[in-house]
Amino acid sequence: MTRDELEAVVADVLAGIAPEADLAGVKGSEDLRDALDLDSMDFLNLVIGLHEKLGIDIPEADYPKLFSKDGLLTYLAAKTGG
Amino acid sequence: MGLFRMPSLGADMEAGTLVEWLVKPGDKVKRGQVVAVVETQKGAIEVECFEEGTVEELLLAPGQKVPVETPLARIRAAGEAPAPTGVPPLPPEPAPAPVPTEAQPAPSAAPPPPPPSSAAPPAALKVSPAARRRALELGVPLDRVHGTGPDGAITVADVEAAARGAAAEAPSPPPTPAAAVPPVAEPGKPVARRGFDPVEMRKAIAAAMSRSKREIPHYYLTSTVAMHRALAFLEATNRERPAPERLLPAVLLLKATALALREVPQLNGFWIDGGFRPGPGIHLGWAIALRGGGLVAPAIHDVDKLALPELMAALRDLVGRARSGGLKSSELADATLTITSLGERGAESVLPVIYPPQVAMVGFGAIVTRPWVDEAGGLVARPVVQVSLAADHRASDGHLGSRFLAAIDDHLQRPETL
Repeated sequence: MTRDELEAVVADVLAGIAPEADLAGVKGSEDLRDALDLDSMDFLNLVIGLHEKLGIDIPEADYPKLFSKDGLLTYLAAKTGG
Repeated sequence: MGLFRMPSLGADMEAGTLVEWLVKPGDKVKRGQVVAVVETQKGAIEVECFEEGTVEELLLAPGQKVPVETPLARIRAAGEAPAPTGVPPLPPEPAPAPVPTEAQPAPSAAPPPPPPSSAAPPAALKVSPAARRRALELGVPLDRVHGTGPDGAITVADVEAAARGAAAEAPSPPPTPAAAVPPVAEPGKPVARRGFDPVEMRKAIAAAMSRSKREIPHYYLTSTVAMHRALAFLEATNRERPAPERLLPAVLLLKATALALREVPQLNGFWIDGGFRPGPGIHLGWAIALRGGGLVAPAIHDVDKLALPELMAALRDLVGRARSGGLKSSELADATLTITSLGERGAESVLPVIYPPQVAMVGFGAIVTRPWVDEAGGLVARPVVQVSLAADHRASDGHLGSRFLAAIDDHLQRPETL
């Protein structure tokens, strides 16, 4: 999957968690949790959504790699073989 | 013969608007069955019935705002004879709301109530909570919407299609002013929580908290609790589980508080009419911040009896429904003690304001890494959490409160027993 496709998947999952969240407006280096006001339950729901949509397992130990938008997309690209 | 009344869904509720009946005269109802939807400043709430019997008469038409305790329906208990007189029909035109509403329009005040329809009783309709709210916003009578969801259920998209149809028939003016404001949701996408008014909610919170500070002589205690054992337990537990089965630290805090309340039941309950009434179970309110402002603290029932995975599922479900609508009346009315947890990005400690008529409230700050002196006297870096208790001096004192905080600490040091 391309980075744009992955970003679309993330935006889709986020729409079900924080409907007003604007992923496109978040800078690559920004912490998604701060930028989109995600609490730990929201973040877990994001991980669950990605797990279900992309069929990948995201161990809890990897969570810190997912906090920034760049980090998340890079991680997903590696996990989905892109 | 029992009367089903507008429930009080917490100290901050004075009135509610009946949105929809989910039963009709002649229907049998069970304890705990959702029989009506009521709009409050907390959004649309599914109201349960606490009697078993047969609905004899609906006393209020949808769309009316009435004070708490106003009779809404008559319910005949099982075995009781039917009322001798015929069941009078609902008034064809709902009377103006008997409650003087504030000048600012409530979200539910704009759309006119749907006229009663004898052909399609609302009880027969399957409607998602989101669709129900959308219909109220758009002023679309649900019995005129064609459902395309599973089993003919009415979805948000169906409501919006019906609203567009109505608008096409009468292009000017639009059916309600509200219709132009909210963006149209994509079909199949969850909609943002609507139907609650942040300004009204803020007023209600202020009223309840002012009452709390005026009436309750609060005292406060705080303790610092080492969390390394609890977090190591969570890490080990979650390592073996796929994401949907993972636990958050919040469930350990909830369970430890519930087990501590078993040991100190004097903090679990209510101050009513000059005396303490113990709670009927350990039903913990969990303060949930709402996007767009405000908060709500619905209860999870019998927390002390739930295994951690069950508690996690209950918490996820509760947070989801608090933010999207669809809380049940029992969840808003039953909390015997409330917890506020600031979460991983929150402040380090919180001194809560008790939610009357409860007699105590527990606060957890963010879990942070701080210097700590371990059992051997060595200095180490440890994750810790500040636990606070606000309690009612009419019902307890600091000695008891200290025991309670020590019990929470003790349980968090033995996470495998939670």
